[in-house]
Amino acid sequence: MIDFLNSIIVLLNFIVIPGISYGSQLALGALGVTFVYAILRFANFAHGEIMSFGAMITILFTWFFQSQNIGLGILPTALLALPVGIIATIILCIISDKFVFQYYRYQKSVPVVLAMVSIGVMFVINAIIRIIIGTETIKFSDGQKFIMKAKQFKVMTGLNEGLALKSSQVITILITILLLTFTFWFLQKTKTGKSMRAFSDNEDLALLSGINPDRVVFTTWIIVGVLACVAGTLYGLDKSYKPIIYLNLVLPIFASAIVGGIGNPFGAVVGGYVIAFSEIMVTYAYKKFFVYILPSSIEPTGLVQLLSTDYKFAVSFSILVIVLLIRPSGIFKGRVL
Amino acid sequence: MMKFERYEWLTITIMISLFIFVGFIQGWSVSLVILNMCIISAIMTMGVNISWGYAGVINFGVMGFLAMGGLAAVLVSYPPIAESWQAGGRGLGISFALLVGLVIAVMYINKTVIQKRNRYILNSLIIFFGILIIRHFYLNATHNIEDVNPAIAGFLGGLGLPIIFSWIIGGLFAAGVAFVIGKVALGLRSDYLAIVTLGISEIVVSVLKHEEWLSRGVKNVIGLKRPVPYEIDLQNADWFINLVTYLNSSKLNNIIDVSDRQQVLNNLIIDGSGIFVKLSYAILFLIVMLIIFYFANKAQLSPWGRMMRAIRDNETAANAMGKDVVKQHLIIFVIGAAIVGVAGAMLVTLDGLFTPSGYRPLRFTFIIWIMVIVGGSGNNLGAIFGGFVIWFSWIEAAPLTTFIINQLTVGLEPTNALKLHLLDSVPYFRYLFMGLILLLILRYRPKGIIPEKVRHS
Repeated sequence: MIDFLNSIIVLLNFIVIPGISYGSQLALGALGVTFVYAILRFANFAHGEIMSFGAMITILFTWFFQSQNIGLGILPTALLALPVGIIATIILCIISDKFVFQYYRYQKSVPVVLAMVSIGVMFVINAIIRIIIGTETIKFSDGQKFIMKAKQFKVMTGLNEGLALKSSQVITILITILLLTFTFWFLQKTKTGKSMRAFSDNEDLALLSGINPDRVVFTTWIIVGVLACVAGTLYGLDKSYKPIIYLNLVLPIFASAIVGGIGNPFGAVVGGYVIAFSEIMVTYAYKKFFVYILPSSIEPTGLVQLLSTDYKFAVSFSILVIVLLIRPSGIFKGRVL
Repeated sequence: MMKFERYEWLTITIMISLFIFVGFIQGWSVSLVILNMCIISAIMTMGVNISWGYAGVINFGVMGFLAMGGLAAVLVSYPPIAESWQAGGRGLGISFALLVGLVIAVMYINKTVIQKRNRYILNSLIIFFGILIIRHFYLNATHNIEDVNPAIAGFLGGLGLPIIFSWIIGGLFAAGVAFVIGKVALGLRSDYLAIVTLGISEIVVSVLKHEEWLSRGVKNVIGLKRPVPYEIDLQNADWFINLVTYLNSSKLNNIIDVSDRQQVLNNLIIDGSGIFVKLSYAILFLIVMLIIFYFANKAQLSPWGRMMRAIRDNETAANAMGKDVVKQHLIIFVIGAAIVGVAGAMLVTLDGLFTPSGYRPLRFTFIIWIMVIVGGSGNNLGAIFGGFVIWFSWIEAAPLTTFIINQLTVGLEPTNALKLHLLDSVPYFRYLFMGLILLLILRYRPKGIIPEKVRHS
């Protein structure tokens, strides 16, 4: 019985909790990508850099607050700076729309052209970030690092295995729940949300019904800005902030959005968790788990690892390819908001 | 067949004069270094341009195909390592044979077992156990190989052939990978295809990074043999010394003192050997570029090229006219990737080393796409021009930015924090330039600087 509990704790500690927090970050990112896709109808390659930009502004203001000795006690100061980051990210989104994307929307350009344009935007934002903050790795989480340390848990329960709970993980999960609830409430219950759904479902019909497209697009960019900034900051808070990482993060985010069914917000969230859990589960070495759960005579000798951790990114893409082959519209049927 | 219009001659003249200008300002060595990379970039751009410009097939996997070309350069030119083959060759052979057996078994099951559910169950069972068995042999073998002299070897080595063969093999490697990707992904809509090819190229690079028995992984392969002479050999070769003396005879004759003259001659020989090597590379690359350019143009003007344009402009209509769109898409995707693979092998040849961790999408996929868009998709001369212009600005962005920053902050003290920070960030301004160039071109000249010619034939 004790062995069984230990094995469960191992899974919780190394797969479930990291999976949920990483999955939440991916889900928020994928939600942003899916919004752009559903309303503006293009694949936004700049999304990773928008996330990075939000995180950067948050970091700059975190430093500012820290220098002024303003803090939140046990919570990270970054939470205080987050609203500023969100506002800056929204402004960035709206500026890029006004000066770049709007023109192509009025021209009714094909999605591929808009995707190319978003690559240009990606380069520009990327350069701005590097010019402002450089390329170094930055750790900006302060306050209490752990809610529960592995050692405390061992003492508390008397088990062999520890269960560590980082505060950044808990914050990630809480904020994600909050943001997702708000987003879905907004889409289902408010007038603007309903008009967005109508616009995404059938643009011409929505225009005929008197929905103002500029207003819908404006609201979309606000939501995208909020989601991107929060996702970027949470990722930076949980791991560490490094500008180059966000470019690599774009791929799993796209994978999540497509796997869930691109254009479908619920699918994007599910896709985020699917990708996160499969990345972690495929590359985790299960030796410890099997040592507890199996009788000692048939214990495994190797690491019992399906793929080495080097292939983390490859896993998300293999899943993407498999899903696209079997069910091209994604798990939940995409293209409807 | 290749009659250039006046503005096309103008662009060619601009390209050549840019290099002469750099040659006089920054030295011929710098100019040739930039020229070599420009030619390679132009070949990559032609590869992408063939699939995107001719047929509208998007290929964001440039990085992966380049890396395959680079791998070919290693596998062709590096001398074979006998001990590694002894240590793991048999194991690898067995696992490869088993893999082939597995594939055949799966194909057999798919053919014979008709009931869908049974087929799925049988397939997953055989794949699962097959992979378990293969893994056993494979991991043992690769472990043994990587243990052989890890500091300098630790991989299988190559064939020990002249590296120039790898330019063809690299194309074949890339074509092979492209065939698999194309079979899997080409049915997808263009933006999906972009994302999928981008992702698969990441997978290719991560395999090269971590399968050390094959490519030495992140430990890199250095010291690949060159197809052109080494500087040190040139400096001791009589014919080269005579050549330098002959070319500079008027300059040397003006120096009366013998030891002074020897000194000057020595310096000239050292400079000259570097330039000679780069020039030889440039000539080799130029030949390849012109060959590809010739055939690409010929293909574009042929009935096949006309069919490709028809498919690009209206897939449904082309399909209705009896053209096999899926097959043609696959063909053109493979051809484009093969050309990129050739460029990848040439890139490694030029550097003389293979560094899998150096393949990054920003540098090797997106920049190439900017070259295609800026040059003019669907026009081969445009592709070459795009490759030249973008690589040129990519390199010259740094000196230009330093100049601009110094001009703008001329009033500030040299220790001013803002000025120092800006000067520190000079390398990042090139991304800004690239983004702005792309956005401006897409806005004001969406067909590129040299647009595709409209043909009414």
